[in-house]
Amino acid sequence: MIQDRINERSPWQDITEGNKIYEPATSREFCTGEWRTATPVFDKEKCKQCLLCAPVCPDCSIPVVNSERQEFDYDHCKGCGICAKVCPFGAITMKEGK
Amino acid sequence: MQVSCELALIGKDLVKKMNKTVEIRWHGRGGQGAKTAALLLADVAFKTGKYVQGFPEYGPERMGAPITAYNRISDQPITVHSNIYEPDYVVVVDESLLESIDVTKGLKPDGAVIINSERTKEELREFLHGYQGEVYTVNAKQISLRALGKNYPNSPMLAAAVAVSNVMERNDFLKEMRASFQHKFAKKPEVIDGNMLALELAFEEAC
Amino acid sequence: MAIRERLSGNEAVAYAIKQINPDVMPAFPITPSTEIPQYVATYIANGEIDTEFIHVESEHSAMSATIGASAAGARALTATSSCGMALMWEELYVAASDRLPIVLALVNRALTGPININADHSDSMGARDTGWIQIYAESNQEVYDNFLQAFPIAEHKDVKLPVMICQDGFITSHGVENILLVEDELAKEFVGEYEPEHYLLNPRETMAVGPYAVSNYYMETKRAQREAMINAKKVILEMAEKFEKMTGRKYGFFEEYRMEDAEYAIVIIGSAAGTCKAAIEKIRQETGKKVGLIKIRVFRPFPEEELAEALSKVKAVAIMDRSEMFSATSGPLGAEVRAALFQAKSQAEVVNYFYGLGGRDITVDDFEEIYNNLEEMAQTHVVKDMYKYIGLRER
Repeated sequence: MIQDRINERSPWQDITEGNKIYEPATSREFCTGEWRTATPVFDKEKCKQCLLCAPVCPDCSIPVVNSERQEFDYDHCKGCGICAKVCPFGAITMKEGK
Repeated sequence: MQVSCELALIGKDLVKKMNKTVEIRWHGRGGQGAKTAALLLADVAFKTGKYVQGFPEYGPERMGAPITAYNRISDQPITVHSNIYEPDYVVVVDESLLESIDVTKGLKPDGAVIINSERTKEELREFLHGYQGEVYTVNAKQISLRALGKNYPNSPMLAAAVAVSNVMERNDFLKEMRASFQHKFAKKPEVIDGNMLALELAFEEAC
Repeated sequence: MAIRERLSGNEAVAYAIKQINPDVMPAFPITPSTEIPQYVATYIANGEIDTEFIHVESEHSAMSATIGASAAGARALTATSSCGMALMWEELYVAASDRLPIVLALVNRALTGPININADHSDSMGARDTGWIQIYAESNQEVYDNFLQAFPIAEHKDVKLPVMICQDGFITSHGVENILLVEDELAKEFVGEYEPEHYLLNPRETMAVGPYAVSNYYMETKRAQREAMINAKKVILEMAEKFEKMTGRKYGFFEEYRMEDAEYAIVIIGSAAGTCKAAIEKIRQETGKKVGLIKIRVFRPFPEEELAEALSKVKAVAIMDRSEMFSATSGPLGAEVRAALFQAKSQAEVVNYFYGLGGRDITVDDFEEIYNNLEEMAQTHVVKDMYKYIGLRER
């Protein structure tokens, strides 16, 4: 993982030239789910698969496979609640805590 | 005895001239080609093996605005990058400037001013703020009209500047200018002879 | 054999660009640098080079596109002056902190206001803290020579920093002078091919350029950037040596002119150094006074110790600034040279002059007056006025 190579304890000599990162999609390794204080809960029964929730998620934490949304990616979901707000069917509710 | 003495003097003069940078100041109006003439002079002098500088002084650049351009020509490398305040020669491409600009300001007494005018030297003296040195006039308009059918005063004035300042031999000058015109007017070879004639006529008139 | 030519400073830079045949040149015209992209565009139109010229709508975009091209892996450059560079301001920092080996042909012109098109150093001096290497020229010959050395310095693995090649607007950019050009093949060989180690268009390596850095990373990143500037000193000298082998023309951080026995020295940047040299020859010939000159070529990185050493034997120094920094004290060169002298415990009397702002001329006579003042300062040990002007009208 990139954090093993460069992290907040790295001396300046180890910093890459211009902070360049020589691998793709390293944001996946950064678990923003740690920040969550409220958690969205998905009710599959109520969901009509309208997919209004997926594109509004700021952290791409609602995976869509074969035109169907899946369970939340809780490693990256920050619990912002936008998905719950846009869901017309009450299929997403916010729960206190992680 | 007298002859050799004279020769020695000429030799001394030549040495002095060799080591000396000739400085020329051009006065014209934006669009008349005074800057181009200065750059052309630098060009031909360069081709005869000299160290040269040719540069304009930029003010509010507009058609008709008075402009100044400069030349330094030397057998030694030139490092000075200032304008020229005590020129050896001054060339006035547009005589209407005489009324508004002190063209001979700083001009060396043993130098000369060369003015594009159909008036006589005596008539022009009154505009020269008491300048005591040589005054040359060239009717560049008439020469240009005769040789080219149009009023392009800068080529005749360039020839006059070379004739008076003696910065290079007449034949070297004409040879290099012909080569330069052949390059410049490659697609209009018919105008080359006219331009050469303008140079020759001006050279004669200034001498 | 070198090619004997006569070119203006802008023509000389454009000619160097033609010899280098860089990959990408985004540019936006501004006086007095306009001719550079104009000539390059002509070379491209005539099929002499295959540089990709990008017509942009502003200098902000010119530098942005140059950064993009450089990050993509291209050898990229641009040209500008004054307000044009001011519009690139943010991107100047981005180019340096992203460690992109971009070259900028800067034709020095006064920054507004009042609006003015003539030479002074307020544009590049204002950008002295952006992280760019800055190399200045006295003549058309020097700006050409510096330009050929720019990419090899910028692209060196220990440097990877952008380089600004500066010349004085109009004075050298539009003045035609004699120049010796390097033959195309030699120039190409000297500059070499650019082979970036990491670049965005590399299909075998995915990478990110310019990521956000929180304070936990920012300071270490800046320290690493400083190291590149320290390394640049070594590389600049290496390239100068290599260039001397090719052309016989010697370059360093600065030129020492008649400094071997000098008691009174002037420190200056740019075209006016040539005028100062003429004054030195005249003074030495007429009076025998030991006067000398240090002409700064490399202002970033700043050659602090070398400069103090070069000035260690003089009795008095005049530091010449062609721009203000409105500290209400010295100009930028004045401040840095004085700091260098202080650090070296110099006993020399020092005065800082402002000259040539907005294209105000400076003459041989002016330099004679400065040397007279230095002599008086050295004799009396009184510096009457620490900050003086050349050619200023005063009541």
